[in-house]
Amino acid sequence: MDFGSINPAVLIASLMVASVPIMLAALGELVVEKAGVLNLGVEGMMIMGAICGFITAVGTGSPVMGFVGGAAGGAALSLIFAFLTQILLANQVATGLALTMFGLGLSSLMGQGYNGIKPPSTGKVPFGPLTDIPVLGRILFSHDWVVYGSIVIVAAVWYVLKFTRAGLVLRAVGENHDAAHALGYKVQRIRLLAIVFGGAMAGLGGAYVSLVRVPQWVDGITAGAGWIALAIVVFASWKPWRVLIGAYLFGGITVLQLNLQAAGSRIPVEYLSMSPYLITILVLVIMSSGKGRASLNAPAALGQNFHAAR
Amino acid sequence: MTRDTLLTVEGISKSYPGVKANENVTFSIGVGEVHALLGENGAGKSTLVKMIYGLIRPDEGRMTLRGQAYQPLKPREARAAGVAMVFQHFSLFDALNVAENVALGMGNPPPQRALAAKIREVSQGYGLPLDPERLVGDLSAGERQRVEIVRCLLQDPKLLIMDEPTSVLTPQEVNILFATLRQLAAEGTSILYISHKLEEIRSLCDEATILRRGKVVATCTPREKTARELAEAMVGATLTPPERAGSALGAVALEVKGLTVASANPFGTSLKDISFAVRKGEVLGIGGVAGNGQDELLLALSGEMRAAADAVRIDGVGVGQLGPNDRRRAGLCTAPEERLGHAAAPDMSLVENALLSGAVRKALVRNGFVDWTATRDWTAEIIAKFDVRTPGTGTAARALSGGNLQKFVLGREIMQNPSVIIVNQPTWGVDAAAAAFIRQALLDLATAGAAVVVISQDIDEILEVADRFAALNEGRLSPPRPTKGLTVDEIGLMLGGAHGMHEAEGLHHAEA
Amino acid sequence: MLRLEKRPTPSQAWAWGTPFLAVALTMVAGGAMFAMLGKNPIEVIRTIFWDPLFGEFAWYLRGQLLVKAGPLVLIAIGLSLGFRAGIWNIGAEGQYIMGAIVGAAVGLAAYPTESRWIFPAMIMGGAFGGWVWGMIPAILKTRFNTNEILVSLMLVYVAQTILAMASTSFLRNPEGSGFPGSRNFNSYPAASNPELIAGTGMHWGVVAALVTVIWAYILLQRHLLGFQIKLAGQAPRAARFHGVNPNRLVMLCMGISGALAGLAGLFEVTGPAGQISIDFNVGYGFTAIIVAFLGRLNPVGILLAGLLMALTYIGGEMASTNLGLPSAAIQAFQGMLLFFLLAVDVMSNYRIRLFTMGAK
Repeated sequence: MDFGSINPAVLIASLMVASVPIMLAALGELVVEKAGVLNLGVEGMMIMGAICGFITAVGTGSPVMGFVGGAAGGAALSLIFAFLTQILLANQVATGLALTMFGLGLSSLMGQGYNGIKPPSTGKVPFGPLTDIPVLGRILFSHDWVVYGSIVIVAAVWYVLKFTRAGLVLRAVGENHDAAHALGYKVQRIRLLAIVFGGAMAGLGGAYVSLVRVPQWVDGITAGAGWIALAIVVFASWKPWRVLIGAYLFGGITVLQLNLQAAGSRIPVEYLSMSPYLITILVLVIMSSGKGRASLNAPAALGQNFHAAR
Repeated sequence: MTRDTLLTVEGISKSYPGVKANENVTFSIGVGEVHALLGENGAGKSTLVKMIYGLIRPDEGRMTLRGQAYQPLKPREARAAGVAMVFQHFSLFDALNVAENVALGMGNPPPQRALAAKIREVSQGYGLPLDPERLVGDLSAGERQRVEIVRCLLQDPKLLIMDEPTSVLTPQEVNILFATLRQLAAEGTSILYISHKLEEIRSLCDEATILRRGKVVATCTPREKTARELAEAMVGATLTPPERAGSALGAVALEVKGLTVASANPFGTSLKDISFAVRKGEVLGIGGVAGNGQDELLLALSGEMRAAADAVRIDGVGVGQLGPNDRRRAGLCTAPEERLGHAAAPDMSLVENALLSGAVRKALVRNGFVDWTATRDWTAEIIAKFDVRTPGTGTAARALSGGNLQKFVLGREIMQNPSVIIVNQPTWGVDAAAAAFIRQALLDLATAGAAVVVISQDIDEILEVADRFAALNEGRLSPPRPTKGLTVDEIGLMLGGAHGMHEAEGLHHAEA
Repeated sequence: MLRLEKRPTPSQAWAWGTPFLAVALTMVAGGAMFAMLGKNPIEVIRTIFWDPLFGEFAWYLRGQLLVKAGPLVLIAIGLSLGFRAGIWNIGAEGQYIMGAIVGAAVGLAAYPTESRWIFPAMIMGGAFGGWVWGMIPAILKTRFNTNEILVSLMLVYVAQTILAMASTSFLRNPEGSGFPGSRNFNSYPAASNPELIAGTGMHWGVVAALVTVIWAYILLQRHLLGFQIKLAGQAPRAARFHGVNPNRLVMLCMGISGALAGLAGLFEVTGPAGQISIDFNVGYGFTAIIVAFLGRLNPVGILLAGLLMALTYIGGEMASTNLGLPSAAIQAFQGMLLFFLLAVDVMSNYRIRLFTMGAK
């Protein structure tokens, strides 16, 4: 095996790219869960984002429009979830699963005839001479705008949740919907908005997969990234900056195992390709076993439906 | 005394399918007046104040505030008009701190830092000290109420609505609260005070409106009436207090020794070294303010939380390590506080709910298979004997009224003929007639030779039924004392006096 | 606007009515989807729901119905027990794969011995493989409080990788000239699961599914464990008050559903599929989730729902070959069915009232 062929700077640069989809989807889900809603349909919304983004980008020739389309696709699917769980009070777990199954089917239906097409490429941000700084230039200044945008969104979500009134109300709704209702907050409306935001973010993440990461359309292209995003929210104990760390960690594992495969590692390919999933399980075990105060970040009303009794 | 009128309520009605919650309710509150809204559970008090606070809209009638038409569509509008409300079940968020909780209840809160300073200032000014940085989940019930009150006071209310505020307070804390309320009234804030506790109303309130079944049955000045007159107006009938035939005490049936259990809930109270013994034929009352370990004590005794074998003994046999069904086999039955969701499964039928706790002692299961015929028969027996009003045995538990479900739950446990029975808040949220019935049934069980433990936050209830009294305070139990001759002040001190009031105690002693 | 009013007692009529309403609504919405794809919706729906039963090739397709419904019902029954108890095993697909692999490995280890004990041993192996795969999330949940939904799902991906390894390395047919895939069980009588009555599609897996339906029915109606499962799902605190040990229940439900999914995998690999191959799993484990809900988590309902879902598979294939309907359309159609089911489910617990804004 030839470890020498793995350049650390390239590795870090590519893990930043690899982590974007799960980071965006996990951030969206974090906001949804902070509002007290468990949407297990992230995988379905991501793949809808992937195909909608792909179709829009191919149709308009503009990658930016592609991302807009991806976000819209994810948000549209999340509206079904919002309607079922918030208006009709359907079970959130079952509805989330349905969302994923429906999304996988519908995306593959919409993707008929898009196989093998190349989407317009998403340009790198021109940093001029900065790109040429050794090592750092490769790591920090060689990416497309979505990579930087995703970090900005992490900061924005963190700021809004922690310092603004909207964030406070959102957390309050997720903590105790009855009390929030008694104070006159519109629990359903707030949750609905959070769900749509989560859908848009998952769609954005999905669009990044089909427009930048792969970049082409294949059925089932997200390959479980949505589920890993859900796990990252738990890993991050509902904190935005930890989502960033978690996403980089998983991006790193994915990139590393691909690099090891390419470098002809003696570890069988199968073990390497199951490693992200096994590590997800391991991380879940470590993060969940801490009891007591650490679990306080989990929204208390997570997954419970709200019905104003009287 | 003549006052300017602040709020008038004229001909307000509100109905829900099958219930008329309020019917043609009319009354008024003057500026700076402490006005009592008196009524039993289910008399329509909460519905009425929710309409005043804009949470629900009346079907008919009108309200005026300072002579202007007042018709709040949402709480925010009520708050803007100067109406604030302290809820019975607090509208607080455990995982948020005091300042954030206060901010959530305000229309237009200042930045956090300014707000924190303001909270300190106002809470000290009214003798209700609070640390804005603390997590609300860590506060005692009395302190949590302070958060609600301070949240209201920061908005400079003209009318403060308080829904059953003293149910979570020790007698000392009640005195402090009353001092605060009097101070507010003297400053010109009107207070609408909801309660069913007559002595409190007589000592605090200027005027009273009495509701029964959604209608105003009397308006009076409570100081001029006796507690008995008020009670009769409220209940509409004369109630006989429960009686008990004196009986000799037998051997110790339940012995708890050095019971220490950590709470499963991060904001719960762990039990610390609890010891007591109850004899056959005896009623032990365990008092305490909400959140001092009552739930945990019930869980540890029912077997839902395990302890060392010898920490809990029934008839001398250690059962501390056993689960609920093994303890039932040994003769111990329990009735938790929360009826829907803990003592009973809301969506299941009464038959299934009877099986829930009766499976072992009534031998309703053979070789793992449920004998549904026997279970149905037994359910019918409970319903008949405890006068549970229900369309049938197949009705879902959630369809029963609070009082009827409580009668069913208590009946289910009592009819298993336990040698030890432990009940938590047996009459909470139950109308007076049902409460009297339940207390009588517990006393009858004791007379028949069972050891009875009544955990309750209602001191009057404990004094009415218990032979001895012990107080639960921050997870510790005081040594039991005979109830005969105990004064309210002594009980208050046993309950821990005023929680978290060290700075304020000196300030208010004179007034209290 | 809609407003929901909680019913005092859940409506029995609606509980039975909702699946039919959901199927009807799905046909309407699905028809619209087919129309958008440029197909004649009535023709497509007839091809899916009518032709397999009464059309030209019904004599063959009716048998296929049981072949497809068998594993769906077997898995869905197991899942329904957990779902009722609030335990969400969504990794049945992985348990199905692992059951097939372990069971097949037992049989292949005995090759080419002929003994009547081989097939029963394989059945045990299949159940064991699925059980182990189900117990992993169960143990992690009870010991470390880990979310069983995510773990069981992650294990599907792991199982798929193991399946790829099995068919390319450790279970590969040594006489298969290097092609991936194991020996074919249809040519190894002691280890095969043949059609029991020609033309019916009935094989041992279908028998097992029927037995499981009866077993689950009795469990839920008459046995204390069935009561405890329902209780734990509806009111977890009341279940603890009753004396249910939640950890034991998690182990039990995950174990049973894992073992049943493993059995389904074993019967499939020894019968209709014939061999372990990379694309052995076709999503029964996920479709079974829809089957479980469509059957209202009721054993008899699941039997009917399994047959209906099998029909959409077979009809979908027909529509794909005869009318050129993309196979993904059927997947979307099935997802839609679950949506409508969840949507109309609200009727059994709530009354729906319409109101105009302002007249609240």
